[in-house]
Amino acid sequence: MKAPTLADYPLSESQDDSICGPRGVPLNKITLAAVTAGDIEIEDLRISRDALLAQARIARATGRETLARNFERGAELINVPQEVIMQTYEMLRPGRVHSKSALVAQATLLRNEYGAALIADFIDRAAKVYQQRGLFDE
Amino acid sequence: MDTPPAPNRWRRYSDWDERPLRLDKFAQEDAANGFAAFKSPSDPKSDIQISQGRIASMDGVLVHDFDMIDAFIAEHHLDLEIAPEAMAMTSDKLAQMLVDMHVPRAELVRLARGLTPAKLADVVGRLNALELAFAYSKMRPRKTPGNQAHVTNAKDDPLQLAADAAVAVGLGFDELETTMRVSRNSWSNALACVVGSVVGRWGALFQCSSEEAEELRIGMAGFTSYAETVSVYGTEKSFTDGDDTPWSKAFLVAAYASRGIKARCTSGAGAELLMGFHEAKSLLYLEARCLCLQRGMGVQGTQNGGIDGAPLTATIPGGMREMMAENLLAVWLDLECASGNDARATESEIRVGAKIMPYLIAGSDFICSGFGSILSYDNSFNASLFNAEELEDYLVLQRDFEADGGLTPLPETTALDLRTRAVDALSAVLEELELAHPTPQMKASVIVASGSRETQTFSIGEVTRISEAIESRNLSVIDVIRALAKRGFVPEAQNLLNLVKLRVSGDYLQTSAIVRNEHVISAINDPNDYAGPGTGYRLSEARRDEIIGIRDTLGQSEVLSAQARHKKAESKRIVYLETETAVEGKNSSEVVIGISPAFGLQLFQTTGGLNLSEVLNCLVEGVESGGGKARVVRMYHTADTSFLGLSAAKLSGSGIGIGIQAKGTAVIHSSDRLPHNNLELFSNAPITTLEHYRALGHNAALYAFKQEVEPILVPTQGEALGARFHAQVALIHAIETGLVDPNRAPAEVALKFTGKKAGAHQ
Repeated sequence: MKAPTLADYPLSESQDDSICGPRGVPLNKITLAAVTAGDIEIEDLRISRDALLAQARIARATGRETLARNFERGAELINVPQEVIMQTYEMLRPGRVHSKSALVAQATLLRNEYGAALIADFIDRAAKVYQQRGLFDE
Repeated sequence: MDTPPAPNRWRRYSDWDERPLRLDKFAQEDAANGFAAFKSPSDPKSDIQISQGRIASMDGVLVHDFDMIDAFIAEHHLDLEIAPEAMAMTSDKLAQMLVDMHVPRAELVRLARGLTPAKLADVVGRLNALELAFAYSKMRPRKTPGNQAHVTNAKDDPLQLAADAAVAVGLGFDELETTMRVSRNSWSNALACVVGSVVGRWGALFQCSSEEAEELRIGMAGFTSYAETVSVYGTEKSFTDGDDTPWSKAFLVAAYASRGIKARCTSGAGAELLMGFHEAKSLLYLEARCLCLQRGMGVQGTQNGGIDGAPLTATIPGGMREMMAENLLAVWLDLECASGNDARATESEIRVGAKIMPYLIAGSDFICSGFGSILSYDNSFNASLFNAEELEDYLVLQRDFEADGGLTPLPETTALDLRTRAVDALSAVLEELELAHPTPQMKASVIVASGSRETQTFSIGEVTRISEAIESRNLSVIDVIRALAKRGFVPEAQNLLNLVKLRVSGDYLQTSAIVRNEHVISAINDPNDYAGPGTGYRLSEARRDEIIGIRDTLGQSEVLSAQARHKKAESKRIVYLETETAVEGKNSSEVVIGISPAFGLQLFQTTGGLNLSEVLNCLVEGVESGGGKARVVRMYHTADTSFLGLSAAKLSGSGIGIGIQAKGTAVIHSSDRLPHNNLELFSNAPITTLEHYRALGHNAALYAFKQEVEPILVPTQGEALGARFHAQVALIHAIETGLVDPNRAPAEVALKFTGKKAGAHQ
């Protein structure tokens, strides 16, 4: 399949046979009959990494570089469990962790466990700024 | 003799004290304490220094002195390839470009990527209110305007939420937002609103404003489709006091994207001032920092324009203009803008109307970031600028200015059908999922209730138990779709599935996305292409028909059928017998009463609701009580009050005549006067009583006898009689003028009063 581009927007209309949820069920197979038959789960109604990266390409093609980068960071979080997301968010809030190393460790975890390189860089940078601004005890 | 007391107050000030406006309190400008809308001595001068491809300083702050906001903006917002070019342009030049229809939006968006907060604020501060509105209209990202509703109630009642959500969608709101009186009720609120929102059609996006972690979980269960609680502040201390940093918020924004949930940030004038960390900067400069931050975070849009700080901002000189300026900054930075007009910033209805007008005319991605679709006491966010009470005022403003405010008038029967269906659908879901069993009495009371004070429904504790059950049993939107389908609500089940499927493709994550007619439209496939008259958003004929279709409008057939309802009763009270062509009278005590062409033939009541037989009877009685003799003549050559009166006077032996139209406008005239220089005129027919007509007849007789006369005054309370009656009056008058025959002479009329009251005159 050719990766969708700006010309394919909205993807839900032009690509409904190829845009899939995380379990690989394409949009046009997500029907009311399939839901009532018990074949569709809430997992099938989530966005996939491919779809979000396609939206990032579309955003970039319309000159929205920062929006594209946000979608790319988001794509890295798709397979990150909810608890880890909330834990990371909590750690990024002011005064939650007391050392730069704790935040850097979380970045490393996300990089190594979930392949979230952009997110990890982003957190590393936050750790550096937090230190400069005195948000840590040390 | 007593001397009157020395005056100590002109009582006009006491009158003014009583106006709702005086409940508003106004703050003095005081930049040192943060009360400055556009400019403060503490605002930095705009500037950027770039050295070896890196920012060395921004707006006068050296890089090693950057706070977190500066650091984030420098890193993520500023495009160093554009900054030297954009920052070298004068603020005047950029301001000119914003209002120049020949400069494309895309070029201005490109330049904004190289502008610092201080520069952006300096540019928009140079525009007056009209220029701000015009520039906003040109710069907003999506071509088609939209609107967002609050759907809440004081009992967190799920039945009412479902009914009100269905009505809000029926009215055309593109997004619905709920929140709770008791925070634990969030799951129940979410389920109820989303079910209501898919009755009739699908496509309204929905959010449940609650604590961040919970909001994300509710979103993951499929109940909500967007979030706008990601608050951003313009000073570092406000940020950390608000328990966040630019990085924590940016992470949250990415997390929403990863869950396929549309997100926008919230900021706005006055937030830092309310929190006490304003650094003596102007409201606009601080908001410029918030918006650069948001663009840097990569969030698709913002909710700004005061928001929670709007009531405070509106107390400051120029506050309303500042809110327009910050909205313009948002769209210049290419952010979707839900443009405030949210918290009610004033008690004055005039200020409310004035606040909304520029947005209604300019259009906005979301004109209100929370229009209270429910009564103000049911608004759990606190009263909005517009609430259900004023909803029809808003619909009429759309019609007046032929401006698309995103809403469509809803026929009464449709509204009732939607409410019934929504309550039935939600009840089926609650029963099927064994969450609750609403009684027929509860359902019936909610369907007809205007607000929660009128409902007999769940207690707030019962709602909490429903909410906790949804959460603890891990129910998701899939369970709700199945329940709807199983209980026969197949269209609603299909609609809800269509709504949730939006998140699989993520199309609605793009800038300014909404759903119209089952299609996602956004800044990508519906870009604002304004370039002067005839371009940009225009009302289609079909859309115009929707907007002008308010209820209870008048046409000639409505007026004629209203009049015809009195025809039969009048025919029992009076007979008009036309005999011969009227001639000039000889009796010096006579007063001729000239009636109009349609008087008593097609028209039977005055605009004051008086039967014409009784009006005529009173005139005759009045003339007789003054010792005169009344003679009635029907005019065909004119329907004009003055000429009716003057023509009557010229036929009258005394030279005094009365002219009266069917709508009740009456005049006393004298044969020696110019047409529009009458003796007495009753121009306010709607408030003219039978006693006034009797007195008018009496005075006419006194004029005939050349006696001293005290003219009759019809007291008015200053009612907007024109607005109440002019459409009807013009239609009635058209009926009269339609019967005018310039060549037909006046006819003598013998009256026969056949009713009980008129017996004395037979």
